[in-house]
Order: sequence, then structure tokens, then C-alpha cells
Amino acid sequence: MFIQSTEIVDTFAEAFKMWGTRVVITAASRKWAQAAGRSMTGFATSVIGCKCEAGIERELSPEETPDGRPGVSVLLFGFSADGVGKRLLERIGQCVLTCPTTACYNGLEAEQKVVVGGKLRYFGDSYQIGKLLGGRRLWRVPVMEGEFFIEDSFGVQPAVGGGNFLVLGRDLQVTLDAVEAAVEAMQVPGAIMPFPDGVVRSGSKPGSRYKALPASTNDAYCPTLRGVAPRSELPEGVNCVLEIVIDGLDEDAVKEAMRLGVRAAVREGIVQITAGNYGGNLGQYHIGLHDILGS
Amino acid sequence: MKLRLHTQPEVPLEAETISPDQLAGKSEAEASALPLYHGKEQVALGDFFTVTGPMRNGAVEVEGDLSRVKLLGHAMSSGRLHIRGNVGAHLGAEMSGGEIAVDGDAGDWLGREMSGGRITVKGNAGHMVGGAVRGSAVGIQGGEIIVHGNAGNEIGHGMRRGLIAIGGDAGDFAGVNMKAGTVIVLGHLGIRPGAGMKRGSIVSGRNTELLPTFSYDCVYQPTFLRYYLFYLRRLGLAVENDYLSGPYQRWSGDGLEMNRGEILLYAGPH
Repeated sequence: MFIQSTEIVDTFAEAFKMWGTRVVITAASRKWAQAAGRSMTGFATSVIGCKCEAGIERELSPEETPDGRPGVSVLLFGFSADGVGKRLLERIGQCVLTCPTTACYNGLEAEQKVVVGGKLRYFGDSYQIGKLLGGRRLWRVPVMEGEFFIEDSFGVQPAVGGGNFLVLGRDLQVTLDAVEAAVEAMQVPGAIMPFPDGVVRSGSKPGSRYKALPASTNDAYCPTLRGVAPRSELPEGVNCVLEIVIDGLDEDAVKEAMRLGVRAAVREGIVQITAGNYGGNLGQYHIGLHDILGS
Repeated sequence: MKLRLHTQPEVPLEAETISPDQLAGKSEAEASALPLYHGKEQVALGDFFTVTGPMRNGAVEVEGDLSRVKLLGHAMSSGRLHIRGNVGAHLGAEMSGGEIAVDGDAGDWLGREMSGGRITVKGNAGHMVGGAVRGSAVGIQGGEIIVHGNAGNEIGHGMRRGLIAIGGDAGDFAGVNMKAGTVIVLGHLGIRPGAGMKRGSIVSGRNTELLPTFSYDCVYQPTFLRYYLFYLRRLGLAVENDYLSGPYQRWSGDGLEMNRGEILLYAGPH
């Protein structure tokens, strides 16, 4: 299948069951809301190395937030509900509680919840104040600037992690242009791209020649290893590969983000778009590129 | 189901049976036969009200000057009670759920000792809103009371949990003996607010003189209050923009008790 001059390979992205949550952070200004959001989602690119994957889903206007201040919504994913709870405790405790003027609210209505504010409240050393409004319990934790206001519990739900596609380009610049356009087009509610500005250059394969490593460089897609790797997947004329990884609160969000991204990435100079999988043996979700493009 | 007052009671009429819980599944005739107390005499609901229509979606509408009708919505747990007119004392007393809306004024003891649900009064309310009856230490234990106009003395007396919001002024001793919960008065507070409070929050849109057992903390912009005020705005209470982000004086007290309560007084321009 071709879109313009770009070949879309008839393959699928292999995605995994994860657990996800949404955190709404507000602050006195957009600057501080963004600061807290960026801090909380730092070092959260891969669940293997960072224990979770996270990203800013979108910016929120004052009209969209519970306290009428500017905000951001953050999505965070982990391998278990319990794991998501632990990561929230760490990251909200270190990155949002610490950030001037912020407040933190649950942004996901779900059957299952993890306690976060109900634990962080102990930072208040017994001076914390509990509030219950509209069925939601919240905590006021005194801090040097005033008070940190946080919801007691956050919703968690089964989610999908590891949706992906690879953009194979003629050179670095055209490939960068393609993935930047793709990420910009992939702003879908319920989905994030956890790598730096949504893009990863160091795609991996499972296993390594070094016993201690669970994963290693994806040699089949490394241009410098075209003549060395046991099996190169690079078509002729490809000199650069970049990948976009997508996590979503549900499969539809991942599919929609992938569809928009692939559509935006195709252009002259992008030879091929394909997807990463493990033969279909590991992941619970198989997202076919041709399926999402409606062929 | 609609109830219209056709005969004005000469003495207070105790109408505990007028609530969605009691009227559910009743025909017009069955509802008309429910007992009320006119003073000390038991009467039938139909002696004072005309009942029309079945109850749909848990909704009951009561119409007329109900100033002498007490205990409407007593102990209700669900449904919606809409009162078109003024209403007497003890409206929604001990209710645990559902919603009561009053287009006019409400009498004393509005929502006394309630534990859940919401009461909204478009006009004024009397004394002891969300309070505890004499001899009882605990007032409202949950739910929300929103009065768009003014309220009398001792609102939130013995309050343990929940929200009382007054759009206008409140009388003396607001939040007296509070254990926890939130009282927000957008207008003036009377004298001695928070006397004997252990925990909880009392907020006022105006400055006022406090008891000497309250100690000054700071001036700050409490985020939780923005959250509350936006919540109230969404429920239809008129909240000025200044109150949302304006500075508030924080006072801790009552020093004669646990000293874990607070009074927040708006300190910005009007």
C-alpha cells in the first residue's frame, strides 16, 4: 500500500496491556502548571527503565479545571494498578507538591482507585485538613508558600501501551520533519507519546548478546549496520529511522493517534512506514497499519 | 406529583410525610390519606393539600404559602422536592439524600442534622441552618445547604461535615461549636463566629471582629476556596470574581478548644 510515494507496510504494532490514569494539575499561571507537568513526566519514557510512561496529554484552559485556573492533564501508565499508584505517589510528591501554586485533581472516573493525596497528606505532619465536597475527598497540606490542595484518590483503568510506528526516511532532515509533523497531528484525547517530544531514535529488540541486558539496539533498522547486521530491514535509499510510541487509555485512542500520525508523516523522502512487533507472541493488541488507515 | 396548599393552617402543620420517600408509589387518593399533624390533632394530607398526578422520576412539587408547614422532606433519602413558595421550619431535617429546592424563604432549622443530599433556597433562611437541636451536640453531618439570601443566627451549630453556603449575610455565632465542615458566607458575619469550634472552616466575604481566642496566621490565596467557590458557582450561586482569587486573612481557633479550626476573611477590594 502506498500513500503518495510512501510505502505503508502490511504489518502491525504489537501493544501491551497496561494501567493508566489521568492527573489534572492546576496552578496560578500557565507557566507553573506546565512546569509541574513537565517535571512529573520527566524520565518516564519507557516502563522498563523508568517504571512508568507518562506525558502531558494537553493544556487545559481555566474554564476546564475544577478551580478555574490554568492547567495541564497528565497521563501516566504502568504495568499494574498498584504500580501506577506508587509512581503517582513518587512523582506528585516530588514534582507537583514541590512546585509553587499547584493543585492536583483526579482526571479519570474509574471503578478502581489508588490513594495518593490520602498518603501525601502526612507530609502535613498533622496540620493537614481534609475536605469532602460533591463526593470527592481532598486534602489541604500546609507548605511554605501556602497550601497544596490534592485529591485523595485517583482513578486507574486498564490501558494500552506500546502502540508504535517507524518512519524510514531518505535522510535525517526529512525524517525529522515527518515525525515532528506526525506528533503535532497526534493530539488525541486519552493518548500520549512518552518519548522526548514524542520521538524515539533508539528502538530496541528484546534480548542482547550481553546476558545482563533485557533489550538492545534494533540492529535491523540501524542504517550504520546495514552491511553488518544479520538481517537488515532497511529498503534501499533509507538512511534514517525514527519511531513514535503511543500509550492510550484505550485501544481506540492509540489507533486514532497512529492513524493521524501515519497520515501526517507520509511525504516525498519518506520511503516507508512500518511498525514494531514481536511476531505477535508477546502483546495483547495487534494494531494493523492497513486496518487503521482503512484499506 | 404536585401538592397545592388549599387551606392555610391556623397553627403549624407537621408534614413529615411530604417527601419523595413517603409518596413513592402512592396514588392521589393514597397520598391524600397520609397523616399530618395540625397542632396536636392528626389530620389527612388531603385536608390541606390538593394532590394531582403520580410521582415521576422521584419528583414532588409543593405549591403555596407553606410558612406554617414544618418538617417537609423530613429524613428523605432520595428524589427531588421542589417547593414553590415560602416554607416553614425544619425543612429537610435529618435528610440523607436527594435534593430540595425552595423558590422562596425557608424557616428555622433548615436541614438540621442532615447527613446527605442538597438543599437550595433561593430566598432567605431562618436561624440554626444545619444546626443541632437543643440538647444535641452534632448538627449537619454531610450534604450541602445553599441559601442565596441571608440566614439567621447559629448556622452550622455543632456541624461535623458538609457545606453550608450563604450568599448574603449570616447572623451571630456562625459555626458555633463546629467540629468540622465548611461554612461560607459571602456577606457579613454576625458577632462571635466560630465560638467553641474544634476544626472546620468558616469563610466570610467581609471583615469582622473575631473573638480574642482566634490567632492571626497570614494573608494568602487559598486554592481550596477557589475550588469551593467554583463548585458553588456551577450550582447557581452568584460569586463575585474578587472572591475567587482575592486574598484572605487566615485566623486559627478556637484557642479554647483544639485550635484546629480556621476563619478566612476576605481581605481584598470590594
